[in-house]
Amino acid sequence: MSAYKIIDHEYDVVVLGAGGSGLRAAVGLSEAGLKTACVSKVFPTRSHTSAAQGGISAALGNMGEDDWRWHMYDTVKGADWLGDQDSIEYLCKEAPAAVLELEKYGVPFSRTDDGKIYQRPFGGMTKNYGNETVQRTCAAADRTGHAILHTLYGQALKHNTEFFIEYFALDLIMKDGACKGIIAWNLNDGTIHRFKSHTTIIATGGYGKVYYSATSAHTCTGDGNAMALRAGLPLQDMEFVQFHPTGIYGHGTLISEGVRGEGGYLVNSKGERFMERYAPKAKDLASRDVVSRSIAVEINEGRGIGKEQDHVHLHIDHLDPKVIDERLPGISEASKLFANVDVTKEPIPVVPTVHYNMGGIPTNYKAEVLTLNGSEKTVPGLMAIGEAACVSVHGANRLGSNSLIDLVVFGRAAAKRAAELVKPGMKHEEIDKNETDRCLDRFDKLRNSEGSNPTSELRLSMQKTMQSKCAVFRTEKTLKEGVDEIRRPYDGMDSLYVKDKSLIFNTDLVETLEFDNLIRQAITTMDSAYHRKESRGAHAREDFPKRDDENYMQHTLSWCNGSKTKINYRPVHRSTLTNDVQYFPPQERVY
Amino acid sequence: MVQLNLPANSKVEKGQYYKDKTGSKNIRKVNVYRWDPSTNENPRLDTYEVDMDNCSSKVLDVLNKIKNEIDPSIAYRRSCAHGVCGSCAMNMNGKNGLACTKSHSELNGDIDIYPLPHLKVLKDLIGDLSTLYKQYESVEPWLKTSKVNDKENIQSKDDRAKLDGLYECIMCACCSTSCPSYWWNGEKYLGPAVLLQAYRWIIDSRDEDRKERLKKVADELKLYRCHTILNCTNACPKGLNPAKAIAEIKKMLATA
Repeated sequence: MSAYKIIDHEYDVVVLGAGGSGLRAAVGLSEAGLKTACVSKVFPTRSHTSAAQGGISAALGNMGEDDWRWHMYDTVKGADWLGDQDSIEYLCKEAPAAVLELEKYGVPFSRTDDGKIYQRPFGGMTKNYGNETVQRTCAAADRTGHAILHTLYGQALKHNTEFFIEYFALDLIMKDGACKGIIAWNLNDGTIHRFKSHTTIIATGGYGKVYYSATSAHTCTGDGNAMALRAGLPLQDMEFVQFHPTGIYGHGTLISEGVRGEGGYLVNSKGERFMERYAPKAKDLASRDVVSRSIAVEINEGRGIGKEQDHVHLHIDHLDPKVIDERLPGISEASKLFANVDVTKEPIPVVPTVHYNMGGIPTNYKAEVLTLNGSEKTVPGLMAIGEAACVSVHGANRLGSNSLIDLVVFGRAAAKRAAELVKPGMKHEEIDKNETDRCLDRFDKLRNSEGSNPTSELRLSMQKTMQSKCAVFRTEKTLKEGVDEIRRPYDGMDSLYVKDKSLIFNTDLVETLEFDNLIRQAITTMDSAYHRKESRGAHAREDFPKRDDENYMQHTLSWCNGSKTKINYRPVHRSTLTNDVQYFPPQERVY
Repeated sequence: MVQLNLPANSKVEKGQYYKDKTGSKNIRKVNVYRWDPSTNENPRLDTYEVDMDNCSSKVLDVLNKIKNEIDPSIAYRRSCAHGVCGSCAMNMNGKNGLACTKSHSELNGDIDIYPLPHLKVLKDLIGDLSTLYKQYESVEPWLKTSKVNDKENIQSKDDRAKLDGLYECIMCACCSTSCPSYWWNGEKYLGPAVLLQAYRWIIDSRDEDRKERLKKVADELKLYRCHTILNCTNACPKGLNPAKAIAEIKKMLATA
């Protein structure tokens, strides 16, 4: 593949992705004096962090008493005990400082009457270990992700981070089980770039686009996850896919949980506030998996709304229009644009919609990537953060507003750890030519595909299969069918058709590379779901309705070579990081 | 008389015509600007017949339908699909906007889709925004404060409200690329998008650099090329008012 012009770079650290976690890591790395490149397929403020609405959780206690230990308990319970409690302790303990830091960076948080950061109630966030609702979610109206992303980009500019924007990363460069950098394609001029780095931090986000209907952006294709798979590394807990209870019916646009936090509620076709039946205490503010399942049951039992009886209604028309205007302006706008609804007068039609991937690249709380090689081992030179990573703080189900805090806490942790491991200006090793050739062979083969299946058709077939066979409720039968069916679009790549052969902004090829990334994650998701014969968090098996702690207090690890997977397990960490808090043993999960 | 010559490749030629293959009775013609930098060819306007009976409501849905079902080679930026990332800014029937929030039912006749005006085109509908991004960097979009403690800055609700209408900007560039002043002096005039961002930091009660910030933009070219044409405010897909932000900066300078 010598036909491609290759440009070489050497950096102490390469950050792949420029969303919330990637930017926070880049800021920390630049502060530590490490020569850092931040590589992203989109301009930083286009990243999907911008779509986060409701807020960022931290036990600041601005709106009444709070304690990071309560936050930890809620997160452990929200995760249905699949989270690693050492990591969860780290997350919740570090959260308040991380939010105050964001405020210092300039995030325009909404304010309380005394000028402090405003905090709102959110699903699963409670006082005193599950007793009553707490206001823990720090908000910038309902545009918190947007506000944080733009502010972090400003900080990265302040620290002179070197950006490589609209570069599409192709593969990791591996040597003897260690990561030595990445190879990327510059969409602006068509050149290929090889970045050598002592540490590579994957911050490429989730892979929501394996599903047909998702709140995820078009670009949420989990490119880093797929790069890890191709490097022979496993992904963890891929069966845990969060369905957000309130995506706009028919369009999938997110309607923040903050809406229910501010007093919004769900009703079925009989006008019943049905959440009272499923979660007598928390009601509409139960965790997302619980609310999504409840909606699905209402619809399945014929109490859905509309001609097809296939959605429910979310009401905020009882709220003071001033409150809506001040705290939920973005969702008013979205409801008007995508559902033609005036939220001050009418309910919003909503349906559970794919929203977040709890699974991803396994890491420890320092963001170092883990693999299983006899026992748990770190992968030298490789870290992962944000939605791409599975730390695992979200376990089987993430609580709302815990993702934004995950981004900044572990973005910062990765920078700290990298600064311990890498000293500025350390020498780089030679890279074997085979790694570059292997990567460019795949690139070139996809680019020159002359078959009959357009990428869009294969992608649609994958998305429909995931949507019908790996949804809110799963059974042995649907999953078994899914395991077979999901391999068809993969096999379809044998006769792929890519029309555009050029190298500058060839978005036909970009989408093909993204599909190649997506399909591997779809396969690992389906296979992981098939093998987990219990119900836990977002993974609900109708044929195994109970949680099975005896057999499944374990993280699923899945390797994928072509369309062949290998599934293995590693035990959930059953201890905390320090003695500041005691381990929370598994309990029955009731809201 | 002076002879003016446009560069050879600025002439947009008639392109390919993609006839409907679905047999739909509800067809709409969509004309899309195409230019491939890897050929020496002029830009062209390709026409696609699109089956509107099976197409969702936004212009982005039309483009996605073309890319998925008719011509995968067409290039445009897109991501969130609900008006928060700012990727799919383009010119539709003569007006700038986000393809993902613009309903095609609001457009009359054939749909004409061009890149944002007056940018260097990189390919098809993808414009080069690097100048605007550099200008954004030049206003130093970060909070400047000397306070070092582990508490948050206190900001009153009223002071925070001054940021409303400013912090929501998604930097899609619809405003700047609709501004005639920015067209002629885009290298030097900061343009409405960047000036709105400049004002967002000037007016932030937590920032201690207001004077310096004002001094920096108080420039014949950077600021005063705004002639209150108001195309910017008219173009903003988020309903913001960059012209007002610029006027506020001018007022602060005049009364300082």
